[in-house]
Amino acid sequence: MLRIINGTVYDPANGIAGEVRDICVADGKIVAAVEGGQVIDAQGLIVMPGGVEFHAHVAGAKVNAGRKMRPEDHRAMPIPRTALTRSGVGHTVPSTFAMGYHMAQLGYTTVMEAAAPPLGARHVHEELNDMPILDHGFLCLMGNNYFVLKYIAENDFARLKDYVAWLLNATGGYAIKIVNPAGVDTWKWGRNVNDIDEPADTFPVTPRQIVTSLARVQQELGLPHVIHLHCNNLGSPGNVATTLQTLQALDGLPVHITHAQFNAYGGAGWSDIRSGAAEIADYVNSHRNVTVDMGQVVFGPVTTMTADGPWQHRLYELSGHKWANADVEMETSAGVVPYQFSKRSAVNAVQWAIGLELALLIDDPWRMYLTTDHPNAGPFHAYPDIIKLLMDADYRAATLAGVHSAASTRSGLKDLRREYTLSEIVTITRAGPARCLGLANKGHLGVGADADIAIYPQVEDPKEMFYHPRYVIKGGQIVARDGRIVRDQPGRCLHVTPGYDGQIEAAISDDFERYYTVDFENYPVQLEHYLPDRVAVPCHER
Amino acid sequence: MTTLQLKDLPEVPLEAESISPDRFIGKTADEIAALPVNVGNRKACLGEFFAVSGDGGPEIVLEGDLARVKLIGAGMTQGQIHVRGNAGMHLGAGMRGGRIMVDGAVGDWAGAEMQGGHIHIRGNAGHCLGAGYRGSPKGMNRGVIIVDGDAGNEAGTAMRRGLIVIGGNSGDFTGAFMIAGTVVVFGELGERTGAALKRGTVVAFKPPRLLPSYRYACTYAPPFMGLLLRHLAGLGVAVPEAYLHGRYRRYSGDMTALGKGEILVWEAA
Ligand SMILES: [Zn+2]
Repeated sequence: MLRIINGTVYDPANGIAGEVRDICVADGKIVAAVEGGQVIDAQGLIVMPGGVEFHAHVAGAKVNAGRKMRPEDHRAMPIPRTALTRSGVGHTVPSTFAMGYHMAQLGYTTVMEAAAPPLGARHVHEELNDMPILDHGFLCLMGNNYFVLKYIAENDFARLKDYVAWLLNATGGYAIKIVNPAGVDTWKWGRNVNDIDEPADTFPVTPRQIVTSLARVQQELGLPHVIHLHCNNLGSPGNVATTLQTLQALDGLPVHITHAQFNAYGGAGWSDIRSGAAEIADYVNSHRNVTVDMGQVVFGPVTTMTADGPWQHRLYELSGHKWANADVEMETSAGVVPYQFSKRSAVNAVQWAIGLELALLIDDPWRMYLTTDHPNAGPFHAYPDIIKLLMDADYRAATLAGVHSAASTRSGLKDLRREYTLSEIVTITRAGPARCLGLANKGHLGVGADADIAIYPQVEDPKEMFYHPRYVIKGGQIVARDGRIVRDQPGRCLHVTPGYDGQIEAAISDDFERYYTVDFENYPVQLEHYLPDRVAVPCHER
Repeated sequence: MTTLQLKDLPEVPLEAESISPDRFIGKTADEIAALPVNVGNRKACLGEFFAVSGDGGPEIVLEGDLARVKLIGAGMTQGQIHVRGNAGMHLGAGMRGGRIMVDGAVGDWAGAEMQGGHIHIRGNAGHCLGAGYRGSPKGMNRGVIIVDGDAGNEAGTAMRRGLIVIGGNSGDFTGAFMIAGTVVVFGELGERTGAALKRGTVVAFKPPRLLPSYRYACTYAPPFMGLLLRHLAGLGVAVPEAYLHGRYRRYSGDMTALGKGEILVWEAA
């Protein structure tokens, strides 16, 4: 039992913005009152829910590929072993234990792995299980899956729906992730699709059909999280048109556009790339079915990793850096390319401006979340600096003055004076992501919520504040104090168990046995074995 | 001047980044003896392994066989270190300024990723002299390394700027992945010299086995070679008189990379 007294509480989900209140904890949950127990006097401190990392690449085969191909990255942030914690390394691609400690030390208590191929689910679970402290789940790649394309091509919506539900059960995944629909499948033949009405190679199915079908499946299965979409033409100048066409095609169906910065480019080529943030923001402001996350660029080294194989090949050709490519047989592909975002590059400067512009132009903080698409646009540990850029217009102007002038001339950033309030920051880092993920017990401090709490010093500089939480509490236990991990405990796995017609197994088994390299019986993850500590987040089937 | 006399050869290598003028300046002998070192997974202090005497000035003399002492002068920015014997791995790695003189041989990674300063090794050097560490985009970036003896494999790998001179033989992959800079080898070269070299110059005084991706350009007598060799003589390099004359066959490459570099092969006059 724990009481946090006298703290200044920010809990936007419950309408609390800077009120002095006591928070009581029993059995890992927030409760109305407790008798006795430990007391934290939070006088002069700010109390808020633990951070919910909405979209980060932290576990699985592509993260390991990034670790393996970047020994130079491991030299940057070594953490020595202590009596309590294990050692680790890595700046943009930290090792598994280091990742958990680093995130907890910044006040984060939940992480969603942003893209896992179903075939790699066991590896992802094993790594997430090892990652200390954080509750976790993963987004399951489906936008170029053989059976998804096949059932859409056959116009068999019932089978599609059953397959998606079966796949989520079989993998222990959390939500539907779509990456460059049809394009990744076409990459297996060395090409890409460039338009939402251009069909894939294997099945005559277009990106438009894939996103609308899976969005309907999500609604009918009542999955807690909407479709999580990485649009076609990601990273290419002029792709704002593709993003808007995709949104129009969805016509009101709920959708999350991830790392929207990478999908908000105007111009016709690299020489005249410009911000399309205003067009995306206008659409989001007038359509309540859409949410986005920033994918904010951080100047410095990154390790780009995505299922978008054709884009990664293009980035390799543009950057001349190392490149890894993978073909996940029936399901997806992946690419990994280290990259360096430079303040002196016009293109990088525009990309940097777009993320901030999106955040400042989208009115509703409940539908816009803070991410760096870690480690694609930047490492997650830059969050406190991004928070300062959002909260302090003068700091933003000073930073803007130090980057290539294209950030000023080819975006609207210099004219934006909006400053995020602390409540809004709590919304875009905690309450909003939790609500969008459908995690009713996360991102708030109301009675019944998980006792995941971060307590920060009340200091002038938001960057200082967010870098140095005084206490981080996970499941009611103090796990970090003054930047030190004081308790090493495992997190829990968040997954979904939507219902389906069992006949789907017979329907897919023939093609499965013919084309997969694993036996059908060996494919589903044994949840009892792999996820001993798991939470099935309820679906609300229609 | 501070003198460190090695007491016993440590059983496992000693990691002694603290042996650096930057760390010694302004300290008493006792304070220097208290500086930390790592022995395997144990923390210890310099005094456990060295008898320390002197005043903590910018000059350091190391005595004994320091072949198992790693990281001597790593990251140093000033002053001078004289090793009167052998030195271990990573000598002067990442150094930015100052001078290191070694009377004996050194281990691998001497001068790796150094960014300035001067290293002179009278004996042989190990592998990866002045190289970039695994995965790094850049190796040595400014500074001078002179080896009177032989060097191992991968000397000057991914070098970005600066000068490496090897008086004896050099192993395989000399100057591989070089971005720019100069490597001069008086003795024999191993296999695959300049593999994937983008820019920069490898000067060979014994005809190397060239990769097929190097293309003969011309035979000439570049004036800078005369200047460079006289400069090296001034730095204490024993330059054979014959090398001051003669011409060079220029091979452009590596054509599998950028192809803006060269291997110059000396021909006697
Ligand atoms: Zn991502």
